[in-house]
Amino acid sequence: MSLDTVAIAQSTPDNKQPFAELGLKPDEYARIKEILGRRPTSSELAMYSVMWSEHCSYKSSKVHLKQFGDKAPKSDALLVGIGENAGVVDVGQGYAVTFKIESHNHPSFVEPYQGAATGVGGIVRDILTMGARPIAVMDPLRFGPADAPDTRRVLPGIVAGIGGYGNCLGLPNIGGEVVFDETYAGNPLVNALCVGVMKHSDIKLAKAAGAGNLVVLFGAKTGGDGIGGVSVLASETFGTGGSTKRPSVQVGDPFVEKILIECSLEIFAEELVVGIQDLGGAGLSCATSELASGGSGGMKVALDKVPLRDPSLSPEEILMSESQERMCAIVEPHKLARFLEICKKWDVTVTAIGEVTDGDRLEITWNGEIIVDVPPRTVAHEGPVYNRPMEQPAYINEVNSQKVSVPIPHTATEIKAAVLKLAAAPNLADKSWVTSQYDKYVQGNTIQSQPDDSGMVRIDEKTHLGVAISTDANANWSYLNPYQGAKLALAEAARNIATAGARPLAVTNCLNFGSPEDPGVMWQFAETVRGLADGCLEMGLPVTGGNVSFYNQTGAIAILPTPVIGVLGVIQDVRTRTPMSFNSAGLDLYLLGQTHEDLAGSEWAFLHGERVGQSPTADLSAEMRLIELLLAGHGMQLFSAAHDLSQGGLSAGLTEMVLRHSIGARIVLKSAGIELLSESPGRVIVAIETGRAQSLVDLASEHQIMLTKIGSTGGDSLTINESVISLNELRTAHTSTFPKLFG
Amino acid sequence: MATIVVEVMLKPEILDPQGNAVASALPRLGFTFATSVRQGKRFEIEIDGEPTAAQLLEVEKAAEVLLSNPVIETYVVRVEK
Repeated sequence: MSLDTVAIAQSTPDNKQPFAELGLKPDEYARIKEILGRRPTSSELAMYSVMWSEHCSYKSSKVHLKQFGDKAPKSDALLVGIGENAGVVDVGQGYAVTFKIESHNHPSFVEPYQGAATGVGGIVRDILTMGARPIAVMDPLRFGPADAPDTRRVLPGIVAGIGGYGNCLGLPNIGGEVVFDETYAGNPLVNALCVGVMKHSDIKLAKAAGAGNLVVLFGAKTGGDGIGGVSVLASETFGTGGSTKRPSVQVGDPFVEKILIECSLEIFAEELVVGIQDLGGAGLSCATSELASGGSGGMKVALDKVPLRDPSLSPEEILMSESQERMCAIVEPHKLARFLEICKKWDVTVTAIGEVTDGDRLEITWNGEIIVDVPPRTVAHEGPVYNRPMEQPAYINEVNSQKVSVPIPHTATEIKAAVLKLAAAPNLADKSWVTSQYDKYVQGNTIQSQPDDSGMVRIDEKTHLGVAISTDANANWSYLNPYQGAKLALAEAARNIATAGARPLAVTNCLNFGSPEDPGVMWQFAETVRGLADGCLEMGLPVTGGNVSFYNQTGAIAILPTPVIGVLGVIQDVRTRTPMSFNSAGLDLYLLGQTHEDLAGSEWAFLHGERVGQSPTADLSAEMRLIELLLAGHGMQLFSAAHDLSQGGLSAGLTEMVLRHSIGARIVLKSAGIELLSESPGRVIVAIETGRAQSLVDLASEHQIMLTKIGSTGGDSLTINESVISLNELRTAHTSTFPKLFG
Repeated sequence: MATIVVEVMLKPEILDPQGNAVASALPRLGFTFATSVRQGKRFEIEIDGEPTAAQLLEVEKAAEVLLSNPVIETYVVRVEK
């Protein structure tokens, strides 16, 4: 393929260009021509097409996501908000924590192992880019039906990929979710979260300031992987003159990433960078245009200086390549020598590829010829914005007007069967098969991980300051009512942190939806964002950043609206945390919160093939009172255990508690069937010593939370009224599902 | 008796961390000849008698389904005497 330069573009304005194959609409292509005053070169076209893709430009979601800023609650904790690589929160003692969640759904379906692995790698680099040392990861996952043949291909690959990459990096995996539903067949969700810690003064931003400063590329060499992976309509015909057809799969090398982490942290510590950006989706196109646009001036890059793994790559391909484990830094010239020295020590390839200019253009050359000359903001931040049509889908009224009709167990035999059925249900069954492939304790700071309510890590070994994180989504509720579904997921994630005694501080989110071109899906999305923004405002929790993943569908079938909400909280002394279960007999068990007949969207309804009715309505002021109660109780060291109730209701909650330390419980319920199966939000089981009942009663009345004594701990069975389920039987049901399905 | 050999290699544009590790270990041990190393795997499949065209087709199929990951790897099937 001959080189398409700016000069050639000017002299051949009528050349046909494959913009449609690159995913650009005719009006978007026309706009690029208008911006440039000529046709784009093929390199410029490549850049615009990837940067203006849904994935990078948020063109369909932007108008809605604004609400996270507009409705943002006042928070002193927020140090860096939305817009940077990841948000940063103040957790006290001079520490700042950064966390973010991102999707890697489509690549993980094509090639499960590498797709999931590079998903972990990407989010870890985002956190590193903020100047933080990554300290833990989490992975909320969603798959097609557990017994579907393709799930047997996809799930083990994805789990192995997450484990393989994360374990090699030496990062503990402290939680996540595994959920099955037929809408995810053909479109699994792989969301990856990473959390990192730093001192306030160490925060780094993605900007290229100071004319004359150097643009330095370091990390792995650039190869032909993932070209167009970021573009929804990645073209197979692009660059037909090139060598082999390029795969849209990236392969990562965790050991290179580990070295890159250590090398970068050493470079940060010596304050050798002005700005920094990792190379993820859209590779160099993204990094150069975002750095230039985040700074004050322009940038000049000599693309031919980029070290290549495959010398046959064309400039267009180099710009689009998503080769993993690469970073781009802005370095003052007098610090370059030291920068190179550190890279040499870590054996990291490093090359100065350009410099910051005082102009306002991003200029890229190839062997001296100008192939890109664009205003960087038009590539990075001023892409198209769509106010897509939306309409409440017809199914909403239809499902909301129906009542859930599922059998409710009454007799002792029926109750036992129901508890065992839920314990063994793939969505609720023991996930050790998955989590035992992850290293949960490496670095020695993990306090909680699966199956605890939240993941918790210590960040200071002297003061025992720690952070807790939980990610939650209930797609069934979001399907019935996306507005409430988002609020309920937020409340659940916050509650999951508070049960351990950590105070919720900030929110991240990964919004997984079908095609934004479907007005029904767009409505689900808009309602979700509105719900989450309202919920965050009411609960006083700022959204620090997140990710939107559209086009999650198989043919015309969209996935359930799946907003995964991550909440991060802080605990002053991890040694005081409240565990999720009791490890002694003779404790009293209480239920905090009120149980209604909330079967719509419940696991019990799901098991009976019912997805109808109305989702519960989130009562966030009650949720906040419950959180305050939990924190006050934790402060008094009142609780021997506290466990959140969510999917699977009281039945699942009790199952998890009694199996944790093999201590049974005797439970007495008035209408056991409903009380066991209902998934009313805002409920927590607590265990306390008998003598401390009055303190709990006082706390509950002070915070206006309903308190019900439901039983006591002890024995080797879970006994509910007359129904006796031995722990062995319960354990077999709970732990054999995954090994049976996945070997 | 014949041996059917299936050789599986990562596609040329796919990153090969194992090959890279070997390439960087060679000079440390004093071997300076290599500019690049790619690592693959080799299967030796024994069959009775001379392989028929139909059998080779079956092996091709197995290579596609089980022995290689066609998303990132290529394979070659041949008969070794």
